[in-house]
Order: sequence, then C-alpha cells, then structure tokens
Amino acid sequence: MTNTQQLKTDVLVVGGGTAGTMAAIKAKQANPEAEVLILEKANIRRSGAIAMGMDGVNTAVIPGNSTPEQYVREITIANDGILNQKAVYQTGKLGYEVIQELDSWGVKFQKDTYGNYDLKQVHRVGKYVLPMPEGKDLKKILTRQVKRHKAKVTNRVMATRVMVKDGRAIGAVGFDVRNGDFVVIQAKAVILCTGACGRLGLPESGYLYGTYENPTNAGDGYSMAYHAGAELTNIECFQINPLIKDYNGPACAYVASPFGAYTANAEGHRFVSCDYWSGQMMLEIWKELNSGKGPIQLKMTHLDEDTISEIESILWSNERPSRERFHESRGENYRTHGVEMHISEIGLCSGHSASGVWVNEKGETTVPGLYAAGDMASVPHNYMIGAFVFGRLAGTNAIEYVRDVEHLEPDIDWLAAEKARIYKPMQNPDGIPHTQVEYKLRRIVNDYLQPPKNTYKMDIALNKFINYHDTLDLMGAKDPHELMRCMEVHFIRDCAEMAARASLYRKESRWGLYHYRIDYPEKNNQEWFCHVNLKKEDNNMTLFKRPVEPYIVDVNLEKEVYDVKVTSK
Amino acid sequence: MALTTQRVDVPVIVDESKCLEKCNACIEVCPLDVLVKNPETGKAYMKYDECWFCLPCEKECPTNAITVQIPFLLR
Ligand SMILES: Cc1cc2nc3c(=O)[nH]c(=O)nc-3n(C[C@H](O)[C@H](O)[C@H](O)COP(=O)(O)OP(=O)(O)OC[C@H]3O[C@@H](n4cnc5c(N)ncnc54)[C@H](O)[C@@H]3O)c2cc1C
Ligand code: SF4
Ligand code: SF4
Repeated sequence: MTNTQQLKTDVLVVGGGTAGTMAAIKAKQANPEAEVLILEKANIRRSGAIAMGMDGVNTAVIPGNSTPEQYVREITIANDGILNQKAVYQTGKLGYEVIQELDSWGVKFQKDTYGNYDLKQVHRVGKYVLPMPEGKDLKKILTRQVKRHKAKVTNRVMATRVMVKDGRAIGAVGFDVRNGDFVVIQAKAVILCTGACGRLGLPESGYLYGTYENPTNAGDGYSMAYHAGAELTNIECFQINPLIKDYNGPACAYVASPFGAYTANAEGHRFVSCDYWSGQMMLEIWKELNSGKGPIQLKMTHLDEDTISEIESILWSNERPSRERFHESRGENYRTHGVEMHISEIGLCSGHSASGVWVNEKGETTVPGLYAAGDMASVPHNYMIGAFVFGRLAGTNAIEYVRDVEHLEPDIDWLAAEKARIYKPMQNPDGIPHTQVEYKLRRIVNDYLQPPKNTYKMDIALNKFINYHDTLDLMGAKDPHELMRCMEVHFIRDCAEMAARASLYRKESRWGLYHYRIDYPEKNNQEWFCHVNLKKEDNNMTLFKRPVEPYIVDVNLEKEVYDVKVTSK
Repeated sequence: MALTTQRVDVPVIVDESKCLEKCNACIEVCPLDVLVKNPETGKAYMKYDECWFCLPCEKECPTNAITVQIPFLLR
C-alpha cells in the first residue's frame, strides 16, 4: 500500500534550482504571510545546472556597458527575429538588480580595481559576460536565502503532473523518490522551474547521464506544462552546444577568449568570428567538421604560462570542476594541446536557445495560475540571469494572482488515474530496466532527429515516438529511485514527440544548425516569420503558427543578419 | 522478462576507512540521488551508475573519503 501525503500551500514552486529558489524568495518578499513551498526532486543545496556554481554571467546588462535596448537588439538578431521582445527586455532591464541583490547576499562577481563590475566581450557586439571566478557557492547562498525568507522546502519529491481544474492550475502531484509516498499538493498558483530537457539526445560516449545539462532535468516541466494544456513554442529550435569532445562541459571560450584563446580548426585557423553560442555558430562548426578541416579546438597554446594558469584555476574550481581530471586521464595539457571540441547531443532549453513553454513578460503561461521560469520557459538565450529574472517575475506575479483565488479540490478520479500511471512500473519489477528503454529512445532521437533534419527521417522518428508508449508500458522498477528514472523516460518521450512534430511543421531552415533542414535549406520569412506553437487539445498534439509580438525595439532584420563565418582563412 | 545483473565500473569510489557511519552528507547533496549507505557496514557507496561527475559529494565529504572518477565510457 502506498502512503499518501497531502500538502497545501498558496504558491507552489516545482524545481528549486536557479529560477525556483529565486521565485520562492521573491514571492516571500512580496508577501511574507503567504505560504510558499518549493518541491524539489533533488536537494536544493546542490541541484540543477548551477549545482557546482557558475563560471560567469553570460547576459549581464550593466549600466555603462550596455543598455536593455542594445541587449534586446543583439538577441533579436541572434534569434533570427523570432522572439517576444517584451520578455527579453525584462532580462535586460532587471538583470542588474538581480546581480546587485546576489552581490549583497555574498555571491562574488569579478570587479576591477575601482570596484566596478568587470565585463568582458564574448558576444558579437557589446560586453555582457561578467566572470565569477569564485562562483562555486552560488547554490549554497541561495539555499540560505530561501531559509531566511521562510519559504518551505520539500526535497526528494518529483512532480509528475500539474493538477488543473476549471481551466486553471490548482497544484501538482508526484512521489517521494526515496520512500515512494504519493504526494498531492494543492496550491493557488504553480510555478514550474524544472530546467531544460537535457536527456533528449544521447551523448556520443553512450553514457546516459554524460549530458551537457544536469541529467535530473529530463524535460519534466515541458511535459507537465503540455499535459496541463499550456502552449509550448520554438521546440524545433534545439539546443546544441560546442563542448569538449567526450566531456560534457564547454571548452570554454567564454572564460578563455577574453584572455586571448579562440576556436580554430585542425590547421589552427579561425573559422568563426564570434564565440558566443548560437545556432549560426554551431552550423559553422558542423560545416567545418564535415569539410575535412576538423577536428576543431579551442586554441590556447600561444598564451603565456601565467594566463593559462589563471584560466585553469577558473575552469577547475567552478561549474564543471571534473574537467581537470578528464584532461589528466588523457594526458592533455592546455600548454601543449588545443582542447578538442565537438557537437553536443541535442536538447531543449531556452536558457541556451529558444525552446520552451510559452511565457509572456510576466512569466505567465497560457494556463491561468500556471507560471514558468528558467530554462524551460521560452525566453531566448536567457541563461542564468534570465532564470533569476523570470523566477523573480513569476514569484511576484504569482503572489499577486493568489490574492483573489481559493484552493480547489482535485478530481478524485483523475488522482486515481495518475497514481496508477506513476506506480505501474513498480507492479512489474522484472520489467525492462529504464536504462535500456531510455537508451533505445535516445538513440532513435540521435539517428532521426539530430540536425541536419530531413522529412523522411523525422517521419520515421515521429512514428517511433508515438509507438514508444507501448514500450514504456514494459518498463519495470524495483524501488522508488528506479521509478523516478522511469517517469523521466515518460517525459523524454513527450519531448521527443514535440521535437519531431515542431521540426516537421516549420518548413524552412532557421537558427543555423538548431533547425537546419536539408529539404528546406533556406530561411523563408514570407511564410515562417512566426512562432510554431503546440498544445494538447482533445488528447492530440496540435501545432499552429503564432505571430511574433510587435517589436518594442526597432531592428532591421533584412540588414542585420547574424553571421559569424570567417571567410578568409 | 528474463533479467541478468551485469558488472559495471562505477565512477564514485568511497574509502571505507574514512567514511563516518553517522554522516549522510554526500547522500543528501547528490543531485542524481545515486549514493546510499550500506545497511550492514554503515558506509556510503554508489548504488546506481547515473553520475553527472559534478562533484558535490566529494566537496561536501568531511573526511575526503570520496573520489569521483570520470565515468569509464568518457575517460
Ligand atoms: C554546464 C552548464 C554551464 C552553464 N554555464 C553558464 C554560464 O557560465 N553562465 C550563464 O549565465 N549560464 C550558464 N548556464 C545556464 C544556466 O545555468 C541556466 O540557464 C540556469 O541555471 C537555468 O536555471 P533553471 O532554474 O531553469 O534550471 P536549474 O537550475 O537546473 O533547476 C531545475 C531544478 O528543477 C529540479 N527538477 C527537475 N525536474 C523536477 C521535477 N519533476 N520535480 C521536482 N523538481 C524537479 C532539478 O532538480 C533542479 O533543481 C550553464 C548551464 C550548464 C548546464
Ligand atoms: S559526482 Fe555528482 S552525480 Fe556523481 S555521485 Fe557525486 S554528487 Fe552524485
Ligand atoms: S560524506 Fe564522506 S563521510 Fe559522509 S557518508 Fe559520504 S563518504 Fe561517508
């Protein structure tokens, strides 16, 4: 018999990572009387993308260095015009306050000798990268603030579905991944902050959890928002990153290029003019690798000893500190070797590209009472500061919203059905292990969905993903931990189907490699200058065009095309 | 279904002579929840081979009992 835990709160935050901790803190600041609960699959002290801190802020708009308008313009161009500028503007406008507040909590950002933030240029135009050489305690500091603000935290509970009644979000259900309890939380508003879909493609190493994204983030929020009836957008705009070959961290030009490092082909020549991650840059990398001039590398061998030591000390203490032992075990050294780079597995992530749950400039999804923030909420190129900004917006706006609404009782039959769905693998402990079911699913993703995309391959993929429901039914779990992984595979399947359908729907190429279609190789603004949105309607996945919101910052996209190709080599 | 148990090389090594029976630090912080205590010995070990090699377990261990290796497939 499964035990059931019933909880009640005003605002429920699902996922206590970057965006989630900030959402809870801001909700409590806005109304200390309100009950705010963070539901976290792991432990908020060390969870999510920034579990080990961060090397720097990628998108800091700091007065004197850049303006929110300049930032919106740069992201508009980098994202080929498809964005809600009002939402991106928020990141530009509120990012500085976020940094100042984090600073006041003890987060360390790099400053010059005058005490000013010491920004670096990595983007094509403008300085937006703020190094954090001592960024390793970020998550511990946020956890302290969550406690100080008296937000409640329930660790090791994984949410599986948002509860919806009368068209609005009324809570969430899930289970305790250690003792297996069924958990039902009633809430007046729900903020989804569950991060990226990092386990969509399979890394070439074949190791399921060797992904760029923290593998706890399996697209949970994408799937939960979908089943709650919310719109998702730009799903065909995949996340693909230039990483160290075989290792799941960036090479990392953001840290090293301000010191003079650069991305080069095997001959040592530059082939991209800008190291800021974009689909256009990834397309150049893909072409270079396929031109016979690969492998490609981050070149540092020309730098002096002091500079290399400094780069190493940053790269080996934060974010992905295990890279030191990775290089060591292969006998590689930055003084003598370029860092071999390669193309990562595909994923969904607005923090890096643009795929996510549709949100407006208040962090609202299209379902009343349901908010989203961070990597899963579609605000292009939002990165860490964008996650904080939208956590903050969602937290404060949710508090405003809950003033006028009451708790609603969940539907008993719906709860029973969800409970049966969750615990099914436990009834079949000798079923196929989640590892094999997941491996096969993600191999199909690689084989048929990885760009360059083509219709024949994607049709096969879609068919396989639809039929994969039957395979999921064969999965078995021996304990609640395995059950967690099984339910993640369900999320991954949902994301794979969304990725295939959205990619088939948009019949053009856009965002460089992220949506590069062999059969429609050109950009077609006439027909496709719009979002491709999708949602669940009568149990079907429906796709449709959604117009781009009117711009608030003028950009002439005919003239300003994002181009990072280096022609003279 | 017919199943078998295969041997795998796991990335996390615990030096049992240093692991404290009353401590739970590594188990509490692991984002993938893959470390547990052996009920018989009271020592921590990696039960599931699902590691992001992110290192919180190693950093938070009070006695430096943990070593995280790069998983064999990537090494
Ligand atoms: C390796 C790496 C390096 C990066 N480097 C930089 C950088 O240098 N600069 C920069 O600005 N940005 C960087 N980013 C991006 C930035 O870290 C992210 O955009 C940001 O942290 C995303 O925040 P989030 O809250 O959306 O996700 P996360 O912080 O990952 O939080 C998601 C949380 O949800 C929890 N969760 C997931 N599913 C469930 C569920 N079903 N139920 C309950 N809880 C759940 C997870 O455990 C996690 O705690 C990097 C990202 C990665 C992965
Ligand atoms: S390295 Fe990270 S994922 Fe692996 S056991 Fe340690 S804390 Fe867990
Ligand atoms: S943190 Fe160290 S001492 Fe504590 S349980 Fe883990 S291995 Fe043992």
